[in-house]
Amino acid sequence: MTSSLRVKWCILRTSIEERLVYRADFAFATLVRFLPIVTQVFLWGAIYQTTGPRDPKLINGYSYGDMVAYSLLVMVGRAFSSMPGLTTGIARDIRDGAIKKFLVQPIDLLDYLFWHRVAHKLVYYAVAFLPFAFVFWLCRNYLHGWPDLTMFIGWLISLILAFLVGFLIESLMGLIAFWFLEVSSLVFVYMLVSYFLSGHMLPLDWLPPPYGDAIRLLPFKYLAFVPAAILLEKYNYQQLAVELAQGFAWVVVLLLLNRVALARGIKRYSAFGG
Amino acid sequence: MAIIEVSQLAKHYRVYRKNAGWMASISGLFHREYNTVRAVKEVGFQIEKGEMVAFLGPNGAGKTTTLKLLSGLIYPTSGTATVLGYIPWQRSNAYRKRFSLVMGQKNQLWWDLPAQESFILHREIYDIDHDAFQRRLDELTELLEVRQLVKQPVRELSLGERMRMELIASLLHSPEVLLLDEPTIGLDVVSQRKVQGFLRHYQSEQQMTVLLTSHYMKDVEALCRRAIIINEGEIKHDGPLAEIVDRFSSVKQIHLQFAGTEIPADIDRYGKVLEQIPPRVKLEVPRQDIPKILAALLDRYCIEDVGVQDRPLEDAMAEFFSRKNSDQ
Repeated sequence: MTSSLRVKWCILRTSIEERLVYRADFAFATLVRFLPIVTQVFLWGAIYQTTGPRDPKLINGYSYGDMVAYSLLVMVGRAFSSMPGLTTGIARDIRDGAIKKFLVQPIDLLDYLFWHRVAHKLVYYAVAFLPFAFVFWLCRNYLHGWPDLTMFIGWLISLILAFLVGFLIESLMGLIAFWFLEVSSLVFVYMLVSYFLSGHMLPLDWLPPPYGDAIRLLPFKYLAFVPAAILLEKYNYQQLAVELAQGFAWVVVLLLLNRVALARGIKRYSAFGG
Repeated sequence: MAIIEVSQLAKHYRVYRKNAGWMASISGLFHREYNTVRAVKEVGFQIEKGEMVAFLGPNGAGKTTTLKLLSGLIYPTSGTATVLGYIPWQRSNAYRKRFSLVMGQKNQLWWDLPAQESFILHREIYDIDHDAFQRRLDELTELLEVRQLVKQPVRELSLGERMRMELIASLLHSPEVLLLDEPTIGLDVVSQRKVQGFLRHYQSEQQMTVLLTSHYMKDVEALCRRAIIINEGEIKHDGPLAEIVDRFSSVKQIHLQFAGTEIPADIDRYGKVLEQIPPRVKLEVPRQDIPKILAALLDRYCIEDVGVQDRPLEDAMAEFFSRKNSDQ
């Protein structure tokens, strides 16, 4: 293994160990994250209830069953793309000076943050797998079944894109703290906006043109909508390829923005906090 | 050969200036006034290989800013500096593998994990050979008396134990230059002495080049022969530590122990009484009057013990800085 790979592996391993320290808090936080899906299932039940939840009535092409399936699949996408504490953690480290340790050591800050986050996600999936499987089993009648192999691979790639886009957007917001120090309002606005623009609130194909078209050009759809839409068979093979290529392009753009922000941020960094 | 070379180095900060009160807060939303703080003003010095130099000055003098510049944390406004031949703020990995920065109250260890996990991560980051790593770790944990603590979560260690672990983490890659910013701040006397003793031993053994800032003159006296004094961003003294007391203090102290249980009532005619715990007294007298005053005291009183000492470095520095401030 090369030196660089050994460093990544060591960060990953150490971060996993760190994540396992507070067992009770971690288990509780993991389980609580399933509560919103329960409220969403009931909410959509109430909306479709005019003629009964199993009625074939459609809203914008989605039956009640489709909406339950969509909500579940969005939850999976968000499990990959949400990055709790990443932006605020970077901003706090910049503000109080803890970021110094990354700047004086021969280590890349973004690389470190990335593998640290991968570790958090791996531990989360390991703990959340069974609850996820149980919820999907309970709602099995609403799901469309397994897609063909191409779509399944496309879905897996879309989950990786969800992780990368989510990570890069939130790390970029954190790096803005080099200029503004305090980014909590920005995080709040981002959470509100991304809840809508990612398709977490409503499927993005419900939005009419030209707004829907414009929103679908943004990177946010990769946080939740695209993975769900792939499993709900909303794309053909050609559309799938276009969506994934566009997602990859966004990853490259966001990575470049992160690199520029980090390089310029360090130049104006005052190393406050002692 | 100079390991650290600094020339005309300056760092200016633009700082938001806000008046008190809520009206000022509101007007600050639309219009802000900024001040330029000249934290370091065109300083220059050289440090040779294996030197251990104290970098002294009051709060806000520019010590930590200079260390931040030398460690590449911040960019200078003007001037040049090289450390081991590298320009620090270019932050090349080759440079970062050859120096260490220890800041007394900043933690580079993983808080929730035992220190050994952080050490292993350092081994990979600095690409340290496994055998050399184990050898150094054994040596450092032995010298700092923390061998039994490396498996204990860092958050459960005392401040002194944590600081010793920080030092180990900083030294595992055998840095050639060590920048120490207040390494004993907040430590109790026992921990301070352990850290001092360790630094003295390890530096002489490894011939590291060390630049140390500290407000504890005991650290400075125990460790350094040369001192650079900085105040208001400018270097005021660069030379042997021993010269500081000579240069900045015109007085000495006479410590007396009288034969009886009392201190003579008129003792204050010989000098300023600094402390008196019968039968002992501590006088401060002008340096040039020492022989005359000593002779008079020995002639007139029955004295059991006598000693003449330089004024503590701490006092000399305090006088120097307060004199500078009142001069302005």
